[in-house]
Amino acid sequence: MTTAEKYVTAAYCVVFAVVLVYVLILALKLQRLEHEVEKLAGRTSAPDGEGEPSREPAPVG
Amino acid sequence: MSAAAATIRPVGRTSRIPLPALAAASLVLVTGALALVFFVAPNDANQGFSQRIFYFHVSIAITAYACFAGAAWKAFLHLWKREPRADLESYVCVHQGLIFGTLVLLTGSIWAKISWGHWWLWSEDQLVLFLVLFLFYCAYFMLRFSLEPGPQRANLSAVYALFGIVLVPVSFAAIRLAKNLIHPVVFTLHGPNFGGWILVTYCVAQVAMLVLAYTLYRLELGGKRLDQRVRDLKEVLV
Repeated sequence: MTTAEKYVTAAYCVVFAVVLVYVLILALKLQRLEHEVEKLAGRTSAPDGEGEPSREPAPVG
Repeated sequence: MSAAAATIRPVGRTSRIPLPALAAASLVLVTGALALVFFVAPNDANQGFSQRIFYFHVSIAITAYACFAGAAWKAFLHLWKREPRADLESYVCVHQGLIFGTLVLLTGSIWAKISWGHWWLWSEDQLVLFLVLFLFYCAYFMLRFSLEPGPQRANLSAVYALFGIVLVPVSFAAIRLAKNLIHPVVFTLHGPNFGGWILVTYCVAQVAMLVLAYTLYRLELGGKRLDQRVRDLKEVLV
């Protein structure tokens, strides 16, 4: 492999690596968002009383 | 809940082209461009094998300029029509432009090392001008994140992005106006400086980079909108 071939290969590897790192960062961020959405969905879809501290029935009257 | 839900901004769709189709097109085009670069395009008579860097270097540079132009256009729409999505779209365009700008600097430095024997030459106006353009847009993020989210931040960011577009033709022209012309000129007033398979390879690489940039733009924009929606939901639920 000549010096020019090494440098050209390095240039294309750099392009590939930068795009890959960028896509990985985006994927990690989307994974975090998915986790947060699941947590929020769990909070909103829980039946009444679930996820809240149980209360003693208060006497009326 | 219905009143609260009304305060949550809807997630908008920017285009009808599905993201998986764009991703597949990017993959096919980039693979095709690489195949053409390494297996079809002939060696340049003057520069030899090292000229192959230019297929992606020039394509990436033009894509970066296109991203900055897109950012300016979205900024203009924000200031003129007060489009609610334009601020975020302008921001994502600048971010894409900086990623492609980083690649221009890296691939350009590698080519300079082969051809000139130096990674960087401060005496070359065209290199320094591109660095100025790059740093100008880096400062966009400093401005944006130094302000609280809101109309003021959106307006100032839009004005800054709109001013930045002035630097793009300056940087583009600098390569042609340089006195010693050590930076190769790919496009002249009489058309491209090459033909045959070199031109075909360059065109495929250019389309590949533009489609890749648009795919990444849509991906990042979708993530940012989802992030915003999650934050809005949290505020409503807390």
